Amino acid sequence: MIDARGASLVSIVDGVRAGAFSAREVTEQFLDRVARLDGALGCFLKIDDTGARRRADAVDAARKAGRDPGPLAGAPIGIKDIFCMRGVETTCASKILRGFVPPYESTVTARLEAAGAVALGKLNMDEFAMGSSTENSSVKPTRNPWSHAHVPGGSSGGSAAAVAASLCAGATGTDTGGSIRQPAALCGVVGMKPTYGRVSRYGVIAFASSLDHPGPFGRTVEDAAALLEVMSGVDPLDATSIPAPVGAYRQAARAGREGQTPLAGVRLGVPTEYFQPGMDPEIETAVRAALDELALAGAKIVPVSLPHTKYAIATYYLICTAEASSNLARYDGVRYGLRAAEVRSLEELYTKTRGEGFGTEPKRRIMLGAYVLRAGYYEAYYGKALRARRKIADDFSAAFASCDAIVTPTSPVPAFKFGERIGDPLQMYLADILTVAPNLAGVPALSQPCGFTKSGLPIGLQIIGPALGEEICFRVGGAYESRTDWHTRFAPETA
Amino acid sequence: MATDWETVIGLEVHVQLATRSKIFSWSSAEFGAEPNSATDPVCLGMPGTLPVLNRSAVESAVRLGMAAGCTIRARCRFARKHYFYPDLPKGFQISQFDEPICEGGAIKFRLKGEPRAIRLTRIHMEEDAGKNLHAAAGVSFVDYNRAGVPLCEIVSEPDVRSAEEAAEYVRAVRTLVRYLGIGDGNMEEGSLRCDANVSLRPRGSEKYGTKTEIKNMNSFKNVRDAIEHEVKRQATLLDRGERIIQETRLWDASRGVTQAMRSKEQAHDYRYFPEPDLPPLVVTELEQVALRASLPELPEDRFARYTSEGLSPQDAGVLVADRETAAYFDATVAAGAPAKRAANWLINELLARVDDPRKLGEADCPVPPAALAELVELVEDGTLSGKLGKDVFVKMWSERRAAKEIVAAEGLAQVSDGGALEEACQRVIAAHPGEAGRFKENPKLMGFFVGAVMKETGGKGNPKAVNEILRRLLG
Repeated sequence: MIDARGASLVSIVDGVRAGAFSAREVTEQFLDRVARLDGALGCFLKIDDTGARRRADAVDAARKAGRDPGPLAGAPIGIKDIFCMRGVETTCASKILRGFVPPYESTVTARLEAAGAVALGKLNMDEFAMGSSTENSSVKPTRNPWSHAHVPGGSSGGSAAAVAASLCAGATGTDTGGSIRQPAALCGVVGMKPTYGRVSRYGVIAFASSLDHPGPFGRTVEDAAALLEVMSGVDPLDATSIPAPVGAYRQAARAGREGQTPLAGVRLGVPTEYFQPGMDPEIETAVRAALDELALAGAKIVPVSLPHTKYAIATYYLICTAEASSNLARYDGVRYGLRAAEVRSLEELYTKTRGEGFGTEPKRRIMLGAYVLRAGYYEAYYGKALRARRKIADDFSAAFASCDAIVTPTSPVPAFKFGERIGDPLQMYLADILTVAPNLAGVPALSQPCGFTKSGLPIGLQIIGPALGEEICFRVGGAYESRTDWHTRFAPETA
Repeated sequence: MATDWETVIGLEVHVQLATRSKIFSWSSAEFGAEPNSATDPVCLGMPGTLPVLNRSAVESAVRLGMAAGCTIRARCRFARKHYFYPDLPKGFQISQFDEPICEGGAIKFRLKGEPRAIRLTRIHMEEDAGKNLHAAAGVSFVDYNRAGVPLCEIVSEPDVRSAEEAAEYVRAVRTLVRYLGIGDGNMEEGSLRCDANVSLRPRGSEKYGTKTEIKNMNSFKNVRDAIEHEVKRQATLLDRGERIIQETRLWDASRGVTQAMRSKEQAHDYRYFPEPDLPPLVVTELEQVALRASLPELPEDRFARYTSEGLSPQDAGVLVADRETAAYFDATVAAGAPAKRAANWLINELLARVDDPRKLGEADCPVPPAALAELVELVEDGTLSGKLGKDVFVKMWSERRAAKEIVAAEGLAQVSDGGALEEACQRVIAAHPGEAGRFKENPKLMGFFVGAVMKETGGKGNPKAVNEILRRLLG
């Protein structure tokens, strides 16, 4: 039996596939860890132990019967509570969806289960994925495993913290403006936001449809690659999914580990716009050191420019609030989720249900979005944001003419303390400053650990690839990981 | 002197497309299922679900646009139109806003024999909403079977000039929809719905007056009555020097009046923006060519063909009004019946016996086109008199038997045989010597003799031959 703490997802899968241990044993071990450790961390909103055991037993039965138990056989994973699972309460950490049990399954969770992965339960998040600290969860905060006084980042904070604390070996997340990469950076794990349309959004509760990217978390680059390989692919239920064949992500991650100079011939662009005053000096130092390491691996470091970066945050918040105000219109108390009691009119049903059901941040974004879209102002706000978005996407296309991938910090600051930013939405919105542009451009971006601050908080390195260039991200990430040991460090454990 | 007001009407017609599944999801789009049984997570707006466009709805919309002579956009977009209502599951309707699939074109028809062409602004695609059902004591239910049924909204220019013309326009839209086979256009079931924008202006004025929007007209008669009423209402107000308030008014058919909707219900800001879940809709040139080739002969083309083949405009108008009537007519002519005769039989006998002309196209139509053609031929060649022909038709309709079979079984064939008729005539003349004697000064007695001979022959004498023989024998 392997030690669950720090075990990589691929090592567990290899063991289950080889019969070294059963999926059920692994599942019990992880469920036990969740039971012992999650009280202090608050990663899980729901532990689906019955479902997990059923899935694990199915994997073991398949193996015993001589059938292929799947490329993720027995992999214990956590599911962000934004992915619908048939028969499992799915709430987006919002009061308005309390008690909502979907009668359908998201394409991502269906594909993961079909590949043999064992979902242990649903993970905490900022309500409707709106936030950068998971403090906006209507249920509870999630603590950063490296320091319980600090936030895990967000919105996929439960996913990042659960993987960092080895409560699961991998997890799903969604990234609308950095919601996979920023918590991955703050919790010291790997998070991957793929190309827009690479992973189906069917069954993933929408925040901002044109920016929402489902993706994986892993302890290692290869773990994330293994998960993404299964999650990816065209889906007839998502008209925006891309019909291109899925790349060999695991192989790309492994290729990065081979030889002395696995990145020979690879040009890595460093955009000056991503190293601005206000960045924590410890982060800049760590990222510069990572660039040196990547150069030693054979990469050529080249300066690139993404001149419209300064418009990214404004553009992002115009588009995401507009889409959010639209996507959240369906929560009216008529068909599912919360319905306010004792209402005397239709209007009161709406106002009371939505007033009681939504937290502060969704309300703020609904109002901003309704304002952005109101008649007569479309061109001034949304229309202009769409044009700026095009410019930002063009920046990336131009930059990728002279480099193969772009390397930047993931977050300008390490994990912050609870309450430090929650009262200042603008400050919170700036947590996304280095991550939103790839969402606007739809290009893939990976975050992986590249060091720690003196106070022991993780630092993240962001590797951005061109559209459908997931493989180069994994290759560069694999190369960097094989030359460093950040990913082998464990967060302190307190039961 | 009172102002001579000119009526100006623009129409918005919603046509449900008869696709098998819904416009953005897989549940059945058919009318009449148990409430909420024809639904799926997508059309119910469940969290995380996504729309996927039904191509057959696109094909229907493009064919409709082509039939109306619209320009088809090679690339168009869907947009979200927001408002809160329990029958709208997502809090927005997926529609088209600034990039409709069809633009321009016209609906052509005839009003009192005069050709009319009402120009179209656009035709766009959208999803239908569900239906609120209000039970007693303030309890309401929602049936989402209709949610997501594909719709085409046909928006006309303000070219319509009378209530009657409006009703004919809507009828022409229905005819087109049925010709194309893209919907059943049933106003009573709501598969064809019409809103009218009505305003008045002094005749000769270029400027439009303030308009009202009339809703809730669910029959052609409603359309005509509601607009007629609204025109009178506006004229009365204007004649008194009052102003028209721009508002939405509901037609109350039972009371025969339009009434203003509460203003709160119309203070909408729809907050349109492009639907991010659907990529732009592309209709390639190749698809357009194939769809154009699939268009049937359209009502106005058929009308031109029929009149050029010698039919009166009235008859041609009746025949082209329904695709099944026209198809029946063409088949009867193809089976050998002369056009004019076939039209008479079809219009006077068949259409009088069906409540819906579409029944003529059904497989169990009691008298199929070939059977009618056979009957027409029996009358044409003199085997049956016109009167006997009609009797035979009645039997054909009720007993589903062929004309020749009835004629043979009942010995109905007209007697044209000179010898037999001559004998009968001679018998009649011999029996009525007085009348025969008076015939020369009173030729009107011919009718008496013909009648008597017909009686003698059991109605089977060929009237033309009888006339000739009598004239010879009496003359």
